[in-house]
Amino acid sequence: MKMNGAKILLECLKLEGVDTVFGYPGGTVINLYDELFSFKEIRHILPRHEQAGVHAADGYARATGKVGVAIATSGPGATNTITGIATAYMDSIPMVIITGQVPTALIGNDAFQEADIIGITRPCTKHNFLVKDVKDLALIVKKAFYIARTGRPGPVLIDLPKDVQIATAEFKYPDTVEIRGYKPTIEGHPKQVEKAMSLLLGAKRPVIYVGGGVILGNAAEELTALSKKLEVPVTTTLMGLGSFPEDDPLSLGLLGMHGTYYANMAVSNCDLLVAVGARFDDRVTGKIASFAPHAKIIHIDVDPTSIKKNVRVDLPIVGDVKDVLTKMLKVLEEQGDKLDDFKKSIVPWTEEIEGWKAKHPMSYKQTATVIKPQFVIQKLRELSDPDAIVATDVGQHQMWTAQFFKFNRPRTLLSSGGLGTMGYGLPAAMGAQAAFPDRQVIVICGDGGFQMNLQELATVVQNRLAVKICILNNNFLGMVRQWQELFFDKRYSQTCMELPIDFIKLAEAFGAKGFQATKPDEVEAVIKKGFATPGPVIMEFKVAREEKVLPMVPAGASLTEMVLAS
Amino acid sequence: MKHTIAVLVENEFGVLSRVAGLFSGRGFNIDSLSVAPTNDETISRMTIVTRGDEQIMEQITKQLNKLIDVIKVIDFVEGSAIEREMALIKVTAEDESRAEVLRIVDIFRAKIIDVTPKSYTIEATGAPAKIDAILELLRPLGLKELVRTGSVAIGRGAKGWKG
Repeated sequence: MKMNGAKILLECLKLEGVDTVFGYPGGTVINLYDELFSFKEIRHILPRHEQAGVHAADGYARATGKVGVAIATSGPGATNTITGIATAYMDSIPMVIITGQVPTALIGNDAFQEADIIGITRPCTKHNFLVKDVKDLALIVKKAFYIARTGRPGPVLIDLPKDVQIATAEFKYPDTVEIRGYKPTIEGHPKQVEKAMSLLLGAKRPVIYVGGGVILGNAAEELTALSKKLEVPVTTTLMGLGSFPEDDPLSLGLLGMHGTYYANMAVSNCDLLVAVGARFDDRVTGKIASFAPHAKIIHIDVDPTSIKKNVRVDLPIVGDVKDVLTKMLKVLEEQGDKLDDFKKSIVPWTEEIEGWKAKHPMSYKQTATVIKPQFVIQKLRELSDPDAIVATDVGQHQMWTAQFFKFNRPRTLLSSGGLGTMGYGLPAAMGAQAAFPDRQVIVICGDGGFQMNLQELATVVQNRLAVKICILNNNFLGMVRQWQELFFDKRYSQTCMELPIDFIKLAEAFGAKGFQATKPDEVEAVIKKGFATPGPVIMEFKVAREEKVLPMVPAGASLTEMVLAS
Repeated sequence: MKHTIAVLVENEFGVLSRVAGLFSGRGFNIDSLSVAPTNDETISRMTIVTRGDEQIMEQITKQLNKLIDVIKVIDFVEGSAIEREMALIKVTAEDESRAEVLRIVDIFRAKIIDVTPKSYTIEATGAPAKIDAILELLRPLGLKELVRTGSVAIGRGAKGWKG
């Protein structure tokens, strides 16, 4: 059937299973929006800023595992998407971003609202396409979704000139796609898997170190099974939280800069480190030279470039983590007595770890007069649904959430790990809530990050997205302030957000509800009221202004050099 | 250490920028880069001369392979490839130096491709070291302009990479 480019795009999206898109209209996508007007199979949500639209598509993708889709117009619309795209790229989130472009005849002429978005996004997308001919459009969309969701996932941008949206072509969506330069290795090599298992079963002090790849690869179940069968403890990165239940005694929680004492001690003293879907980020390793100094390292990752990028690796396995973990479990089944011997042999090690846990558990000092942010996080966990989705911004509140919320299920934490994007939380939560209208979606943010995308209050109210926004308000850009306190002699340069904002009135101005807690004994009541109130709610907690995130490994120090909570 | 890499890529716009961007974005060096279509017009072949230790070279080849438009990457082990480069060299050639330039051109089996009363333009081809050598001899005579293509390389032996 012959149809115009705009319609072809929408038909392609439908066939890719897209039910929700986040987009912002403009001159070069007006034809697309005209088609969308009568296209009922796709729900369109209008954010109040393109950056938020991309974060929402990102939150949607993280929460569902599907490819998130965002639309923006050319020029400023397209450039506003960059932070959102870079955020998704750093965390390997599958997304397709569609930008309008000036008509092909005007490209390169500095036309009104023209930006070379292909050039601009080249370093922050997995791949990008400029569609020059409507006849290529369907195949390009097919390729874009295929590239976005396979291998190491990532955002793919399609730049769609206005005249290509208007031009017509015969529509046929290809069933399969073949890209000769793109053949991700999915199946882990069986020999490598066997070698890995024999290394594991020969270890006396093993630790499993899990990253976001396990969540992206839907392998939380296999990972949990492996750890429990072997009785080997698990530590996760920020992106890996939720891949292993933190309520489990084998969980060591977060490792790295703000990791637990026991996770960092375990990694620093282990004789075997099994890295699964993790990339040895500097926030995890601290000083590379003294990272896991006694350990052999097994590294399982779908992306060959992650392997041996930062640390030496003794046994690499390139492949989809689910495939590799399944194969490891199979090898394990054939072990018999050897497994029991192994479990016995690592008892002294797990006891040593228990000793570290007892010596320095995660802690903070509660007071009767001032609300401690960690207390709010603990209360939120206690009072929220077990399958609640939490979206955070970036900074102190993010680390406290990672340390104290206790994530037990995959895809329940949405957080910008790699890029560290402030302003991510509210729009990401919006995307998750659009995907799961009946689940509890909580934003945990600081007063700084919240103000970076607070315009999205309009979007959540308009679309009845009942996100519960918890602002830990310390009137500071807390994490930078913490660094200034520790490393810059308390010279709080430009980190004090002096203007006291009335967040309750702000909520009301947008048609949402707002509640405030100023004392510890008000926290529980505010959370209960916030959760019980229908629709979007702001809960503001006036927290201890100069509380620090601890433990902390100073940048560039080794993991054992932790500043601990006194 | 110096490495010569051949990269087969889709012959599409923007591919050169993806490859160059990869090198600049990750802080890898490019000593030279040459690119042109192959026998299969949908494929272009780049020859990149770069340098780095084993770990950097591993990253370079892996990162190149990761680009969607890259079809094949061949990192030539030293001695496994034949490398050639062409240089066009404009030298001052007046009075007594005219004969000396001709002698050098002859020794290096180069060619004079343009002549004026005050200059010769020379075409020289060969391994990069040979080009370096002829330049070293010509430089004292007065180098007016120099353009080098950068290396192209092909593997030794009967085996060929299609494209």
